[in-house]
Amino acid sequence: MTTLQHYLLLSAMLFGIGLAGALVRRNAIIVLIGIELMLNAANLNFVAFWRFGPHPEAVTGLMFALFSIGIAAAEAAVGLALIIAVYRHYSSTHLDKLDSLKG
Amino acid sequence: MWIVEYLWLIPVLPLLAAGVIAVTRQPHRSMACLLAIGSMAAAFGLSVAAFLATLGHPAHAGAWRMVRTFPWCQVGEGFIEFGWVLDPLTAAMLVMVTFVGLLIFVYSKGYMAHDGNMTRFFGFLALFAAAMLGLVIANNLLLLFICWELVGFASYVLIGFWYHKPSAAAAAKKAFITTRVGDMGFLIGILWLYCETGTLVFYDEAGGGCLEATAVARLAGQSTLIGLTVAGAIALLIFCGAMGKSGQVPLHVWLPDAMEGPTPVSALIHAATMVAAGVFLVARVFPLMAALPPGAAGVSGALEVVTWVGALTAAFAACIAVAQTDIKRILAYSTVSQLGFMMLGLGTGGVVVGMFHLITHAFFKALLFMGAGSVIHGVHDEQDIRRMGGLRKAMPITFATYAAGMMALAGVPVFFSGFWSKDAILHAAHAFPSSQGPFFLGLFGAFLTAFYMTRQMAYVFFGTSRAGSSAAGAGHAADAHPAEPAASGPASAHESPALMTVPLAILAVFAVGLGFLGTPAWPWFQEYLGGRALEGGWHELLSGESLRIMAFSTVIVAAGIGLGWWLYGRRPVTRADDLDALERFHPRGFGLLRNKFLVDEFYEATFVRFNARLAWLSDLLDRWLWGGVVQLAGYAVVGLAWLSRFIDEYVVNLGFDAGCRGITSGAGATSRLQDGQVQGYLRVIGLGLTVLLLLLTWGCAS
Repeated sequence: MTTLQHYLLLSAMLFGIGLAGALVRRNAIIVLIGIELMLNAANLNFVAFWRFGPHPEAVTGLMFALFSIGIAAAEAAVGLALIIAVYRHYSSTHLDKLDSLKG
Repeated sequence: MWIVEYLWLIPVLPLLAAGVIAVTRQPHRSMACLLAIGSMAAAFGLSVAAFLATLGHPAHAGAWRMVRTFPWCQVGEGFIEFGWVLDPLTAAMLVMVTFVGLLIFVYSKGYMAHDGNMTRFFGFLALFAAAMLGLVIANNLLLLFICWELVGFASYVLIGFWYHKPSAAAAAKKAFITTRVGDMGFLIGILWLYCETGTLVFYDEAGGGCLEATAVARLAGQSTLIGLTVAGAIALLIFCGAMGKSGQVPLHVWLPDAMEGPTPVSALIHAATMVAAGVFLVARVFPLMAALPPGAAGVSGALEVVTWVGALTAAFAACIAVAQTDIKRILAYSTVSQLGFMMLGLGTGGVVVGMFHLITHAFFKALLFMGAGSVIHGVHDEQDIRRMGGLRKAMPITFATYAAGMMALAGVPVFFSGFWSKDAILHAAHAFPSSQGPFFLGLFGAFLTAFYMTRQMAYVFFGTSRAGSSAAGAGHAADAHPAEPAASGPASAHESPALMTVPLAILAVFAVGLGFLGTPAWPWFQEYLGGRALEGGWHELLSGESLRIMAFSTVIVAAGIGLGWWLYGRRPVTRADDLDALERFHPRGFGLLRNKFLVDEFYEATFVRFNARLAWLSDLLDRWLWGGVVQLAGYAVVGLAWLSRFIDEYVVNLGFDAGCRGITSGAGATSRLQDGQVQGYLRVIGLGLTVLLLLLTWGCAS
């Protein structure tokens, strides 16, 4: 039997991996992937709490997750557009090189 | 009476003239002269009017005077009132001062014609005249003192007129300081009088003046130290001032040196007017001088002192005059001697006797000085009588007028004024109750006066000219006129211009005529001044007492002139370096007389040296003690300034720099946080999120 804790543990692990990717990797696209992972982990959390919650037959959880995936997709598009614009300017996706806002 | 209202114009007109002359430049010197002479003439006219106003009152009605006062400044509740008084004493002095002054002003125009500073001369002469006239009419002892000091100042600038000469500058300083010594006593007397009576006004309309009967009686009733009455002590202190100004014995040393000034100055100031101011002062405060304690008889203590000082001065100065060789110095010592006579007269015979001699003396002494000036002018500025001689032929008018003056001074009987005035003094001295000492000193003085004047006449006017013959004695030919070249060779003497001889002639007339105003046969002057009717007439003149004194003095004068003629007139010296007849007879005594009894040397060794030591000590104190303190203060301030700079540079600046460095490094450290690395920012956000979660779970659990 998979319980709620298994799903939460999975989503936490996914979130952690996504966070680690966003914080550590040098490539901007990998950072985006990490952000997507974090979003998906949150989706998983939503679904898990919906399934093991009081009204598993309603579609609230699914709708929520669908909206979240839609927004994640829009946001990924914007992010990729930004990365392409930055690449055109700096000729690199190496995040360490994008430090012109240095204080 | 209009003249009493306008009496103040008499001193003010010359004062205004002096003010205008002070701003006049040398090219307008004739205008300056005429202004001074004009103001003096106007003052003379007003004085004559004042004199005539005093004549109309009968003598037996008692002392007549009119007074005007005005408030000067407020002192506490009351006022100090200045003002003027018109009485016979004032009127007589006014007429004398203005008349003699006018003649001397006219004479000066001729005498100082070649001097480059004539404007300054006339300015100061006018100032002197103003001050002297103010002194005469003053009704307040303080106002009199102010004019007294002004007169002293004018004398200072006039004696030191040729200030480039060190001897003249020294003589002016000596005159001022010596009279100042006397003025110290005078000032103390004034203060004491004010303290006692509360007023310094002489005569008041209400009878409250300090010289009026009530005040004097009260002062005479009180006794003070040495058995003197308060009145007597105050009178003696005031007499100190008179001693200084009138050259009585301890303070006479300035008068002969004052001959460094131009001759008109000597004639006006040191013969006729300023030195007479002391005598006038004694006459003015005579009620104080003569005041006796109630019930006492005889002569007051103050008058005794006055008499003896006068008698001693008369004899002392006459002795010195015998051995002098400078024509003006003989006359200077003669003046000192005659002032002694005046004081003697005041002490023994009262105001009348003293003032009579003052008035006659003013005329014939001014005449003698002006004659001496004429002689000096005529022999081209030679002042040593040993280098003159035979001027009788060359300068006849001067000779005649000088002879008139000489005979008046010596007291040749009947026709000359000096006889009558001196006789009055001797008469009063003979009647002096305390002692006959002053009388014999007076006789001795009269004898010597005749003697030294004859000696001077013989040296100057008789014999042959000794001008330019051998360089005897120290050269001092540059005394009189630095502007003119010194005597060179036996240049012939010439008579002086009319501007100088006419005043001489006028004065000679008065030297003769004035005496007749005061003879015992017709004592007009005595009645006028004394305010009492007197018995006159021929029987008074030829009465036993009066005739004896007259005969005695005639014999004395004849003896003096005779001895002088026998020693100097029979065989006048022929060469300038010939010894004086007396010098041959007794060289040591003569030397002592010529050196003025060494009084100057004594003063020099005592007072002057003491003063010099004191000055040296004061300088030392000032330089090292007070100066040291000031230096110390200066160093302290400098030290403080150095400390302040030290603190500022090392403490404040360094501290400030360290603070700034701290801020800079802090800022540098802080700015390293913002490195533009997005992932770094994210890491911090993640860390913050973790902390927040932990806080929420564990923090809120409790």
